Amino acid sequence: MAQMKFLCDAERCIECNGCVTACKNANETDWGIQRRRVVTLDDGKPSEVSISVACMHCDDAPCMAVCPTDCFYKTDDGIVLHDKDICIGCGYCLYACPFGAPQFPKEEAFGERGKMDKCTFCAGGPAETKEEEYEKYGANRIAEGKLPLCAEMCSTKALLAGDAQTISDIFRQRVVYRGHEDGGWSSVEKAQMSGPDVSANLDEMAYDATRATREG
Amino acid sequence: MHTLMQCLWRLRMIGAVLLLAVLAASLAPPSSAAEPDEEIGQAVGTVDADTWRQVKSGENFIDSRHDSTYNLINPSGETWRQIRNEWISPAGLIAIGGMLAILIIFYLVVGRNDLDHERTGRKILRWTALERSLHWTVATLFIALSLTGLNLLYGKFVFRHIFGDVFWANMIMGSKLIHNYAGPVFGILLIVILAKWLKMNLPKKHDWEWFKQGGGMVGDKHPDAGFANAGEKVWFWLLASVGLLVIVSGFVLDFPIFGQTRDNMQWANMFHGVTSLILMTVALGHIYIGTLGTEGAFEGMATGYVDETWAKQHHNLWYEEVKNSAGQPQQSDPPVGDDTATAHRPN
Ligand code: HEM
Ligand code: SF4
Ligand code: SF4
Repeated sequence: MAQMKFLCDAERCIECNGCVTACKNANETDWGIQRRRVVTLDDGKPSEVSISVACMHCDDAPCMAVCPTDCFYKTDDGIVLHDKDICIGCGYCLYACPFGAPQFPKEEAFGERGKMDKCTFCAGGPAETKEEEYEKYGANRIAEGKLPLCAEMCSTKALLAGDAQTISDIFRQRVVYRGHEDGGWSSVEKAQMSGPDVSANLDEMAYDATRATREG
Repeated sequence: MHTLMQCLWRLRMIGAVLLLAVLAASLAPPSSAAEPDEEIGQAVGTVDADTWRQVKSGENFIDSRHDSTYNLINPSGETWRQIRNEWISPAGLIAIGGMLAILIIFYLVVGRNDLDHERTGRKILRWTALERSLHWTVATLFIALSLTGLNLLYGKFVFRHIFGDVFWANMIMGSKLIHNYAGPVFGILLIVILAKWLKMNLPKKHDWEWFKQGGGMVGDKHPDAGFANAGEKVWFWLLASVGLLVIVSGFVLDFPIFGQTRDNMQWANMFHGVTSLILMTVALGHIYIGTLGTEGAFEGMATGYVDETWAKQHHNLWYEEVKNSAGQPQQSDPPVGDDTATAHRPN
């Protein structure tokens, strides 16, 4: 069985927020709810870098472990979904989630938050009919054999969605191609962004998606 | 007319700003032309180990969600999960289960603490109607909060499997609603009760002796006690300390409208869990002593009056001071007319 994952290649993300918009559009989420967000570090500085993040569909999901109602479940594809009929809006999943994925339509006195909402990997959720499913959880693109719209729409293909094995292979290729010193963890700058060939290197890197090889 | 003028004015402003910008651009040193490599190097973000460290630290970031203060990775969530699920929740089961076991064994082995002498039938006012209604309201709320709180912590392991999804959904939603609305009421009333009963729970010298004799379990004489014995005072001060922490942490959880962060809520939850489990555990002891454990204690809080014999045995110092006000046998009218027991508890 596939293990569905998101991966955001921070070297490529240009902070266009296309994924955020695509998600909002695909899922028609409630007012104020934005399942995907783009976090930018060091905004405006040379070291600026952006990463798109939503629910990461954790293998050992903290939200699932702390939910007092046990309303989360994992699909066979490793997607973490939850049942809004059972959710009581206690907020525990948000406190536990490393990525700030769970959101609530409101936040009022006496802990009134409404039903939790989060990214479903465009896989909908438990409901009797398709309409009800769309109303409560948004699109179920997975059932139609499609991947999440955010990743499909990503203009630089920074955001990848799919089976963990497949997308990590793609990312690994990129890392090798770019010549990081120690895998994805090191700076590209150290390897390629200094020395006389910097312009050529950067130009090449910008096209690493379309060129089959370094020379090609 | 007015708005048209404003429009024109604004247009002129924009024109001036544009002009300034063009001027500034033409005057500025052409740095990019001089050092193209540096310029390109700056144009492309670099992701290095520092970046990932920064991700965790939660510093220097912006977020495309309009009101988000959530850094990219919040490592404390997992820590909270570990502490809540691996420590607090099993420890609570052990504490409550252990207390229940101890009480059952104690009851089976030692049994009820009976009155040593015949009742005289003379009744002494111990709790006024106001005090009794306060006590039973707080007690009812406490039990409701305990059961619903325990359901939030442990219910999912039991009831969903037994009753199915639909029943469970209503049950846990009901629990949350009762808990979140009864909590503040409980908090206010508990503070009222604590203030009302503060004076008679101030520690006295004879309380120490009471402890040494284990409240009468060590040796065969009854240690001295005023209106409240030392054991009751411990329960009072536990409520006045741990109980207040339960209320404060509950309040933080219940009103997420003051800009609490996720970390604040994790702390509040852990405090709330630990302190409320301590309260529940000790409350079991309190309930046991007040009902099954001691002959004649329950009727005091139920009717307001205790038998003279009971007062002499359990609260001898108080009895000495109020014995003259004890009513005649089988008297149905309240023996004391002023309807407040404060006169009866000089210590
Ligand atoms: C006798 C007093 C109380 C007891 C025994 C008690 C017990 C508990 C327990 C066991 C939990 C679950 C903790 C967890 O799941 O980790 C809980 C949660 C909670 N308690 Fe209490 N509690 C008490 C009083 C209060 C008070 C006074 C308030 C509010 C002022 C309050 C508000 C809350 C809230 C908001 C939650 C989170 C649950 C939710 O929002 O769904 N509690 N309590
Ligand atoms: S909501 Fe958060 S904790 Fe739960 S699976 Fe998604 S990323 Fe993981
Ligand atoms: S808000 Fe809903 S989904 Fe999240 S922990 Fe509470 S009950 Fe579970």
